[in-house]
Amino acid sequence: MRPFTYERPTDVAAAVKAVAATPGAKFLAGGTNLLDLMKLDIEQPTHLVDVNRLPLAGIEDTPQGGLRIGSMVTNSHLAADARVRSRYSVLTQAIVSGGSGQLRNKATAGGNLLQRTRCAYFYDPSKPCNKRHPGSGCSAMEGLNRNSAIFGASDACIATHPSDMAVALTALGAGVETMTADGATRSLAVADLHRLPGDTPHLETNLAAGELITAVILPPAPPGGQVYRKARDRASYAGGLASVAVVGNQVAFGAVAHKPWRAEKTEAALAGGASAVEAAHAELAGAQDNGKNGFKIALVARMTADALGQASPGRGA
Amino acid sequence: MKTTITVNGQARSLDLDTRTSLLDALREHLNLKGTKKGCDHGQCGACTVLVNGERINSCLSLAVMHDGHEVTTIEGIGGEDSLHPMQQAFLTQDAFQCGYCTPGQICSAVGMLKEAAENWPSWVTDDLDGAVALSDSEIRERMSGNICRCSAYPQIIAAIRDVAGEVA
Amino acid sequence: MSSVKDWAAPNPVTENRSGIIGKGVDRYEGKLKVTGTAAYAYEVEPPSAPAYGYLLAATIAKGRITAIDTAAAEASPGVKLVWTHLNVPRQARRGERINPRSQRPSNPALAGDRIEFFGQPVAFVAADTWENARAAANLIAVTYAAEPAVLDFRASLDQAEMPQGEEDVLIGDFEGAYAKAPAQIDETYFSPLQNHVQMEPCATTAWWEGDKVTVHTSIQMVKGGQHSLAETLAIPSEKVHLLTRYIGGGFGGKGQAYDDLVLAALGAQALGQPLKLSYTRQQMFQATIHRPAVSMRVRLGAEPDGRLNAFAVEAITHCARSAPFVEHAANFSRNLYAAPNRLTGHRLVKMDIPHAGPMRAPGEAPGMLSLECAMDELAEKLGIDPIELRLRNEPDVDPETGKPFSIRQLTECLNTGAQRFGWSRRNPKPGQVRDGRWLVGMGMAAAIRGNFLLPAKAGVRIDGTGIITLRQGMTDIGTGTYTILAQITAETMGVTMDQVKIELGDSEFPPAPGSGGQFGAATAGSAAFEANMNLRKALAELAIGDPNSPLYGGDPTYVTFGNGNIAIENRSESLATLVSRAAPEGVYVEGAISPAADARDYSQHTYGGHFAEVGVDTVTGEVRMRKMFGVFAAGRILNAKTAKSQVTGGMIWGVGAALTEGNVVDNRYGSFINQDMAGYLVPTHADIVDLDAIFLEEADDKANPMGIKGVGELGICGAGAAVANAIYNACGVRLRDFPMTPDKVLEGLMAKGL
Repeated sequence: MRPFTYERPTDVAAAVKAVAATPGAKFLAGGTNLLDLMKLDIEQPTHLVDVNRLPLAGIEDTPQGGLRIGSMVTNSHLAADARVRSRYSVLTQAIVSGGSGQLRNKATAGGNLLQRTRCAYFYDPSKPCNKRHPGSGCSAMEGLNRNSAIFGASDACIATHPSDMAVALTALGAGVETMTADGATRSLAVADLHRLPGDTPHLETNLAAGELITAVILPPAPPGGQVYRKARDRASYAGGLASVAVVGNQVAFGAVAHKPWRAEKTEAALAGGASAVEAAHAELAGAQDNGKNGFKIALVARMTADALGQASPGRGA
Repeated sequence: MKTTITVNGQARSLDLDTRTSLLDALREHLNLKGTKKGCDHGQCGACTVLVNGERINSCLSLAVMHDGHEVTTIEGIGGEDSLHPMQQAFLTQDAFQCGYCTPGQICSAVGMLKEAAENWPSWVTDDLDGAVALSDSEIRERMSGNICRCSAYPQIIAAIRDVAGEVA
Repeated sequence: MSSVKDWAAPNPVTENRSGIIGKGVDRYEGKLKVTGTAAYAYEVEPPSAPAYGYLLAATIAKGRITAIDTAAAEASPGVKLVWTHLNVPRQARRGERINPRSQRPSNPALAGDRIEFFGQPVAFVAADTWENARAAANLIAVTYAAEPAVLDFRASLDQAEMPQGEEDVLIGDFEGAYAKAPAQIDETYFSPLQNHVQMEPCATTAWWEGDKVTVHTSIQMVKGGQHSLAETLAIPSEKVHLLTRYIGGGFGGKGQAYDDLVLAALGAQALGQPLKLSYTRQQMFQATIHRPAVSMRVRLGAEPDGRLNAFAVEAITHCARSAPFVEHAANFSRNLYAAPNRLTGHRLVKMDIPHAGPMRAPGEAPGMLSLECAMDELAEKLGIDPIELRLRNEPDVDPETGKPFSIRQLTECLNTGAQRFGWSRRNPKPGQVRDGRWLVGMGMAAAIRGNFLLPAKAGVRIDGTGIITLRQGMTDIGTGTYTILAQITAETMGVTMDQVKIELGDSEFPPAPGSGGQFGAATAGSAAFEANMNLRKALAELAIGDPNSPLYGGDPTYVTFGNGNIAIENRSESLATLVSRAAPEGVYVEGAISPAADARDYSQHTYGGHFAEVGVDTVTGEVRMRKMFGVFAAGRILNAKTAKSQVTGGMIWGVGAALTEGNVVDNRYGSFINQDMAGYLVPTHADIVDLDAIFLEEADDKANPMGIKGVGELGICGAGAAVANAIYNACGVRLRDFPMTPDKVLEGLMAKGL
């Protein structure tokens, strides 16, 4: 871990200004991913701006009937919020499927969205990786890529986004509010927050340098059942092989792409009256494997069909 | 960097490298070696402590982030002559072997019971709107962030069940 | 040399008058562990503030260091020294042994420019803080010239050779009998590389006083570590004081010293300051030993009634080119089932990956995954219940050697287990039991693991207050050694547990071989027993010869010990009274055990039966355990609680082997791709549901004076096979490639149209 300086502002504008003013600075929220990567020298900030004590830890009702979740709300508190549990159960389920109790007590809503891939080659600094060293190559492509992407991958990167929470947010059509380096605020959809790898897999989000997520905005929950399904190698405390969030007729997949994957073709098929199985296959028809991750295509199709059936028992199989 | 953390009820003032994790601050600067370093990456739970009453992995936190916080380590849970009921239950149920994950398991269990009492849900909670019933399945899921390679899991669950029963 | 016949006579432990033997007393060191006050190697308080070390590991599999730039590291804040192969202090050459009695030879660190495996330490930094040492280590730039390396085990199976000094065991005419067998099974099973994942990484705290070094290190074998360090430093072994009082898990992976030991010692010497050095978790995966992968071909030729006529288990495994090791995965099968025509043996591939070595139940743990699944396949083929198939092949004498069994309760284990588990609920036809989206099934497997006794000593002292202190250069790696030695001592001396102190893990104590091969309890315990028996003799003589003792002039044959007293009939006094009066400086004696001359006349093992129930998610292929039960026969049980913890822990390792565990080598780099605990998945709490075990009543009087046997490895033997067989029974998917992860199960489900 490289040496760095540290500060802990107490208002949002000061925090944003601090990062903008210091080359090599990064925001530090829960730290469960950033510090993990700093210990491996994968992240090398020279200055950390601790945002944990900014006044961003509240959950409020919005006039539209949704919720505004401060970006510093911990995963645990978000999952346990009575409004979230009753109106957005898919979000609670997604959150509690991830990490451990200890990690969820530390991890924040904003930080969770910005966590980086768990690709084993990204985590191993001795291996080429276009995320760590653009142009060095992708070791996963010809390697042990069982956990790699089946949607939206490029020749440069087949990593996946590891968040469970973000999958539920994507299915819910949630957005984020941010403050940019110049102090302006803006909004964007969670679906537009993350990028596909393309030729620039080291650029993972559409946030500008020094832009801070200040809130996650949940729209009113659409009608219909909510289900979060996650397949994994062991029963708990493991990343997903794949996950599926269903919110009525809105569907998103996790651990299958560089971003939470909104299954638009599945949604369109459902709108067109397709059965759950047909709708699942509508999206998966466009999936591509890289060898060892081929099982994910069938896995996600089966999970999706099953989850759709569970969310709306009346829907035809 | 100067930091003051209240550890086991005592305010402790430290001048630390910003890189020092809360775990290393406890072990190397405050001589509280009961908190263990198993993986240093949040993958094992051996470093679990309570911060302001909530359990976290102390390896994935910088000590300077905890200025003004209340930290409880295994040494603050109970000593040899004043065992906490959870420590006594671990002893009685033989809920450990090598002992290296044990302080983390115990701190985690204490934090977990509080979370369950506050009706926090878990992955195995069927009814998110109802009250959490602390079944064995719930205890197992909630404790899964604490790896025990000796695999004293059945005994740990028995120990926690004993204490949860008393609390209930 | 003694005979097993000498061991059959009653003695204080087998008589167990105060009932301490077998009782589930709390762990002797338990309070220290639940309060976090047991000091592991990195936590021991050195005499002055320590420096902190950090290792840098090689990033190629094979080749040479052509350049190594340490300038930035040396200039980094707080750095006290940076060592590479170019400037590390002189050490003895690898494998050298100045003292012919040293148990381990020299094992130098940073010994040259050659790289023999990915992860091999190539540089060492010491600094004022751990943070500074770590940061500096990562500033070292190493340039390598890589060389072609053998990294792909599955692609190298045809290059496997007979291990040096070994030959196949051929009995009868296997090929002929197999060819004629009415029912045949010929399948190959694969068990991957596995990692110990001890919770405590290897670590050493070292300091020097004059020409003597004190090292607190995490190691299972006290003498081996002491001798290895002494030979490496080329100093007499008495100049190395090695202590290892608490060990955060070993499982075979800490049977040897790693570079933390010698570099901590050398660094402390160079700095004139104590030094602490630990492996990181990633280094634990790459740079210590692992269990090698094993490919096992099993051929079974049976009569229609299930009796085996031809039996073959052939294992191919691997080790590092520079560190010979054979995972004897076929050995167990030589003693398990009757069959007149037999073939067993091993082949070995030399590779350029990190060192293979022993891991909990070496041989049996992967080996039983093959035969015990093959027996399930044969049972199904013949339409015979898998338990019944095993009972029909139960031998009267050892099937390979013809020797009598010392005691063998395999049949009882299987029958008792079947009843307790509810085996009769099992539908023999797979894929029949539904629970929502889950298919549910049951499987079983037998367990066998050898029992061993090695030479060992122990010393015991009683002081004037009646406190009895047993000292032994033995280790407790979580196995319960402290506790069972306290029980043996208390029962033998007729005192309560709180009058007993146990001190272990010190190279200056009478030596014991350490923890490994499930020989620890029998070996260390028997030496402790002998020491206590000698103390009884010494105290009896003391009392009888002391005119002030009520026992004065009595017949030593009639001396008894109990309730803290020494007595002849109704003449008695307390041990404290006797010693404080007649030997105020205390009485110290030693005792020793060695294998009986005729012990090898018997086939001696521990046995068990595993029963598992699993659910298979028909949507995802995920397998989740629902219930597991084990029945074991392992001699007299010293502590009901700690022994049970040992076998249930082993069973859970079996669950890990069946479902999740495996290190994957990237054949381009020679490194494990899963090199941390998020990538190498051991079971969590949530993976283990309703798991229990019992022991059968047993005493094996051919084992040692107490009739006890080891339990540390028995629990894992066969456990994974029971889980695999349950998967088949649940969903009809027969996998032979461990671990049985959702991708593999899902492929099987889909092939069946599920």
